[in-house]
Amino acid sequence: MTELLAALTDPDLPFLRYGLLVGLLASISFGIIGTFVVVRRISYLAGAISHCILAGIGCGLYLQTVAGISWFTPMHGAIIVALLSAVILAQVSRHAGQREDSIIGALWAGGMSLGYLFIAKTPGYFDPMSYLFGNILLISRQDIYFVAGLDVVILAVVCIFYNKLLALCFDEEYSQLRGVHTQWLHLLLLCLTALTIVLLIRIVGIIMVIALLTLPAAIAGSFAVSIRQMMLLATAVCALCITLGLGASFYLNLPSGSVIILIATGMYLLSLGLSRQSSS
Amino acid sequence: MKQAAIAIRDLSFAYSSDMPVLTNVCLDVWPLDSACIVGPNGGGKTTLVKLMLGLLTPNSGSIRVYGQAPVETRTRIGYVPQYARYDACFPISALEVVCMARLGSNFSGKYSKKDKQLALEALAAVQLADLAKRPFAALSGGQRQRVLIARALASGGDILILDEPTASLDRASEQQLLTLLTELNQQMIVLMVTHEVGFSSTFFKRIICVNNKVYVHPTSELTGELIQEMYGGDLRMIRHDHRCAPEGHEHD
Repeated sequence: MTELLAALTDPDLPFLRYGLLVGLLASISFGIIGTFVVVRRISYLAGAISHCILAGIGCGLYLQTVAGISWFTPMHGAIIVALLSAVILAQVSRHAGQREDSIIGALWAGGMSLGYLFIAKTPGYFDPMSYLFGNILLISRQDIYFVAGLDVVILAVVCIFYNKLLALCFDEEYSQLRGVHTQWLHLLLLCLTALTIVLLIRIVGIIMVIALLTLPAAIAGSFAVSIRQMMLLATAVCALCITLGLGASFYLNLPSGSVIILIATGMYLLSLGLSRQSSS
Repeated sequence: MKQAAIAIRDLSFAYSSDMPVLTNVCLDVWPLDSACIVGPNGGGKTTLVKLMLGLLTPNSGSIRVYGQAPVETRTRIGYVPQYARYDACFPISALEVVCMARLGSNFSGKYSKKDKQLALEALAAVQLADLAKRPFAALSGGQRQRVLIARALASGGDILILDEPTASLDRASEQQLLTLLTELNQQMIVLMVTHEVGFSSTFFKRIICVNNKVYVHPTSELTGELIQEMYGGDLRMIRHDHRCAPEGHEHD
C-alpha cells in the first residue's frame, strides 16, 4: 500500500497519478451515460462509435506525420469521428428500419479498417495496441481538464433534461406524442455517449470500452429503483473498478485496461448471482 | 352542422407497397363520441390509431383532427399504448410514468407542483394512489396497465384513445375501467381498440370495424352475422356478459 502511495506522489511518475485522477473524474460521465446506454439498450451503438474512433485516431496520426499538420492530434481526429458517427447512427436508427444492424456492423468494421490503413501508411513505428487495449501512459495533464469539462457538460445536460431523457428511454413514442423532440434528444444522447467513449479509450481502449460503459450501470441496475440512483451507483462502481484495477495492475505489473475490465466483469457476475438470490 | 372531431377521407395506408393495411377509409368521429375499434389481429386497428396520432402518414387520402393535421393536435389526445412493449425491469416509479403525460408543458421538462398534483389525481382515478412511489417493475400486469391509463388521463385533452387496455386486466378491473370510461365520456371522446367483441363493446355508442376496410355500426346492431362479416368466415362467438342464451353458460 505504501508503495502505491509513494508511486502516486512521486513527481517523476505523473502517469499513475494522472491515470487515477482521470479515471475517477471520468467515472461521473461513465456512470451517467452508461446508465442511459443500458436502459435505452444502445450498447451496440456505443460499440460502433468506439470502433469507428480508430479511423479518427489513424487519420490524426497520418495528418500529423505525413501532411505535417502538427496541431491536429489523434485526439482531435477521435472527437470529430466520434461525433460524426453519432450523427450517422442517429440517422441510421431513424431511417434504416430492418437493416439497422447490418449498417451498424458495416460502420463498426469499416471505421476500424480505415483507421488501421491510416496507421499502416504512417511512417515510423506506431503500436496500435495502446489504442485498442488502452494505455494510461498516454494520459496527459490536458486530459484532466478535458474530463472535468465533459463531466460539467454531462451533469448540466442531464440536470436540465432529466425528465425528458428518462421519458425518451422508457417510451420514445409516447414522449414524441407529448411534444418532446425525440430525434434531437436521441442525437444529443448519442453525442454525449461519443464524447464519453473518447475519454474511456485512453484508459481501457477501443475494444473494451463497451464493458466499462455498460457493466457498472448494469450492476447498478439490478439494485436501483430509479434512474437517478442507478447513475450514482454506477459512478461509484466505476470508480471502484478503476481504482482497484489501477492498483492491482501496478502491483502485479499487468496492463491496466484488462485488469479494470476483468474486475468489472467479476463484479457483474457477482451482482447477477446476488440479485438472483434476492429475487428467489 | 356539427364539425367532426376526427375526419378521415379516402385514406389508404400500407407499410410496404404490396401489403395494403387500410384501404379507402372514410370515418367521422364526433364530439363526445364513444366507440370501440374492433377487428382481427393484423386488420389495421393499431395502424388506424397511429394515423390519428400522426405517428404514421397516410399514403393517400386525408385525416384531420379538429380541422388540423394530426401532428399539430396530438397533445390534445390522451393515449394508452399496448402494454406488452415495456421493459419490465426499467427502474422507474409509477408516479414518474404518469408524470410523463405532463412533459410538453415546458422546455426542460421539469414538472410543476400542478403537474404532480394532476398525476396523483389520475392515479387516484384508477385506484392506485397508494402505489405511486412503487417501482413500475414491481406492479402486477393489471396494475401497470392502469398506470398507463392514468398517464393518458393526466395528459388532459379532449380525446382518449386506448389500445387494447383490457388485455391484461381481470374481469373486475375491466368492469371498473369501463365504468370510468363511461364517466369520462361525459367530457371527452373515448376510442378503445380491442380484439374481442362482446362484453366491453356494449359500453360504447358505436363499433368501428377495421379489417383493411372500415365500417361503422351502432352498438345495437352487433349480431353474430355482423361479427362473422367483420372477421370473415367461420367464427365462434363466446359471450362473457352473463346475459346470454338460456342454454346455460356459466363461469362462476
